[in-house]
Amino acid sequence: MPHRLLRFGLSRKHPEPRMFTRHDSLKTGYDVVIIGAGGHGLAAAYYLARDHGIRNVAVLDKGYLGGGNTGRNTTIIRSNYLTPEGVKFYDESVRLWQDLATDFDLNLFYSARGHYTLAHTDSAMRTMRWRAEVNKHYGVRSEAVDAAFVKRGIPSLDMTCGGHAPILGALFHEPGAIARHDAVAWGYGRGADQRGVEIHQQTEVTGIRVQGGRVVGVDTTRGPIAASKVLCAVAGFTPRILDMVDLHTPIYVHPLQAMVSEPVKPWLDPIIVSGSLHVYVSQSARGELVMGASLDPYELHATRPTLDFVEGLASHMLDMFPFLSEVKVNRQWAGLADMTPDFAPIMGVTPVEGFFLDAGWGTWGFKATPVCGKTMSHTVATGRNHPLIEGFTFDRFARYQLTGEKGAASVGH
Amino acid sequence: MKILVCPLNGPRPVSEFAYGGEVRRSPDPNTCSDAEWSSYVFNRSGSPGVKYEWWCHIASGFWFVVLRDTTRDVVIDTFPAEAVRRGLPTPPAAAAP
Repeated sequence: MPHRLLRFGLSRKHPEPRMFTRHDSLKTGYDVVIIGAGGHGLAAAYYLARDHGIRNVAVLDKGYLGGGNTGRNTTIIRSNYLTPEGVKFYDESVRLWQDLATDFDLNLFYSARGHYTLAHTDSAMRTMRWRAEVNKHYGVRSEAVDAAFVKRGIPSLDMTCGGHAPILGALFHEPGAIARHDAVAWGYGRGADQRGVEIHQQTEVTGIRVQGGRVVGVDTTRGPIAASKVLCAVAGFTPRILDMVDLHTPIYVHPLQAMVSEPVKPWLDPIIVSGSLHVYVSQSARGELVMGASLDPYELHATRPTLDFVEGLASHMLDMFPFLSEVKVNRQWAGLADMTPDFAPIMGVTPVEGFFLDAGWGTWGFKATPVCGKTMSHTVATGRNHPLIEGFTFDRFARYQLTGEKGAASVGH
Repeated sequence: MKILVCPLNGPRPVSEFAYGGEVRRSPDPNTCSDAEWSSYVFNRSGSPGVKYEWWCHIASGFWFVVLRDTTRDVVIDTFPAEAVRRGLPTPPAAAAP
């Protein structure tokens, strides 16, 4: 047996189909080069091939597929945002999510749970009513609910939150869901691969060649590639890529941490968010509590976790669910969040012709994966911004027209 | 970084401090163009590197400047605000990114 296994390992012909084709060398040129093989980059490649017939596409990643923020988020999907731009955009994303598993023929463990954003003060209740009205106006199922409704939906919740942050009500968003994040990257990757897109892992982009204000190619650790269109979808690494094309943006990078508990039997059905306590939590299909909080307080380009974070988050979790005091924390990790001053992304065309940006996704990028792929593939194929991303353009800061999306995760109002 | 050495209070846990962003110089609002001004208001140097930053020790309300490597989270030097009033020193060559 070990001998056969060794022969199988060394053989270049494997009978079982792999998830992706492995390409040994890069071509000298592609129609489109996508930097970053995370959910956003792979989704853009998938829709470019499927909807726009552009198949001569390379997706490059300096690490491995889905190894950045796609694999580091807390997998919450919702569309209960505050601005009309945000609500319309994320609602389209939620619609796309719902039949993605059928599209891919892959189980994404998409699970609609219902999503509570708790309000602990009168002013938070006011914001919840505001968000509910904006949502309902655009046909998104959200409503402001009272404390009795919250108690019925989450019987195990301490409604006084340890006595110092009593819950007055919540914004209840019924379509709120979670999904298996790795599978999203794999699904898009496999779908793109089957349509002729090449995925090159461990291929770092070291430079972008621009001539006369137009992109002509990229330099990589495995040699140069000619391309007239380049899409940058690299989350926390965006400023380094922008330096290569000499573009300036407001993006700043702070780490965002998260942690999971040991698996326990299913008891928490909905997703719960508290802006005041800086907590968001859901229970995964495996029984782990997946928890996140707010950003680390200062700029850093490393994914080191801290004890401060675990202490703070655990203490707020115990305010809400005191009976968890014996449950252990299994893992913690961090991702690099590319933040913008108005908590909205920066997407679409840029002053460098042929260079497209899908960035500024800070702490809210996972839920937008499908719609980003859809809108960015349209933008790359036609060279014009998709109507849904017009509130998120690169030049909005120079015009002082910020979007003001404060429905982002764990942001207080 | 778990402990930050404050020029006034000595080594203190980093949770006692607030981060105030990179030290930046504003263009003259009377003479600069609209593009220069919006760039100053919004744009940031987002790439990692060795940067001068404002920090505040919250308990004592003391603001000072920290030279920090934002890739490794290592503090290279600290200066009371008074010492950098007439301009920032050049970072030591070894610490340059």
